[in-house]
Amino acid sequence: MVQLSRTAQLDAAFAALADATRRGVLEQLGRADASITDLAARFDMTLTGMKKHVGVLEAAGLVATAKVGRVRTCRLGPRQLDEVTAWIDRYRRMWSARFDELDQVIEDLKQQEKARSR
Amino acid sequence: MKNETRVERKSEREMIVTRTFDAPARLVFEAWTKAELMRRWWVPKSSGITLLSCEMDVRTGGGYRFVFAAEPEPMAFFGRYLEVTPCSRLVWTNDESGDAGQLSTLTLEEHGDTTRAVLHELYPSAEALEAAKGSYDGMPESFGQLDALLAG
Repeated sequence: MVQLSRTAQLDAAFAALADATRRGVLEQLGRADASITDLAARFDMTLTGMKKHVGVLEAAGLVATAKVGRVRTCRLGPRQLDEVTAWIDRYRRMWSARFDELDQVIEDLKQQEKARSR
Repeated sequence: MKNETRVERKSEREMIVTRTFDAPARLVFEAWTKAELMRRWWVPKSSGITLLSCEMDVRTGGGYRFVFAAEPEPMAFFGRYLEVTPCSRLVWTNDESGDAGQLSTLTLEEHGDTTRAVLHELYPSAEALEAAKGSYDGMPESFGQLDALLAG
């Protein structure tokens, strides 16, 4: 596996997370370790296609793989995932908090309109 | 039941925030373009941050300036409106970080009785987005506490 600097690895992690299938793979691995064959079947994908996705996730440090016999097993690289999601989570919380208050402002505007049209 | 706020990192220099509001687009637009309404929600109570002033001149080429209480001195966020299309589109710059500021585009789409708001934030470079991340490190944990309170 190519070793990336910390920043480059975070960038790679974001790029890796931009794809729906790869996010799905992470969710799946969050529930249980799986072989590439299992993942390919679950996501209805060729073995080659899934190998590529896992390769991207592995390069980003989001997934770790180990070959046992002829089977390559994938599991989460949890520390990296936490780093990536922590920032996104704060960003989402900020917007979520704003928009929840915006709901109230809009509700007031609706009430005012209703009152005027009476 | 609150609507979900979705966040997506679209590329190495783009973020997209999506939220549905149970109101026509003109009301969402109004709340986003009148200073007296904006100041009620832009700085959520749960953030513990005090907004000292909020000036907005919402027209193409007009400017805005928000000033927040901070130590050692108040912090200003400002920029210009590049596009103002009533009820559907608002584009503004974020100039407080010089050239590193993002370009924000708000698009409102009405679907029946609801409005889908999509906020697109485009940073000039991957490095600029990287640098902006740091500002979220200081986000008060109270956002999370509020969520917990509401969920409980």
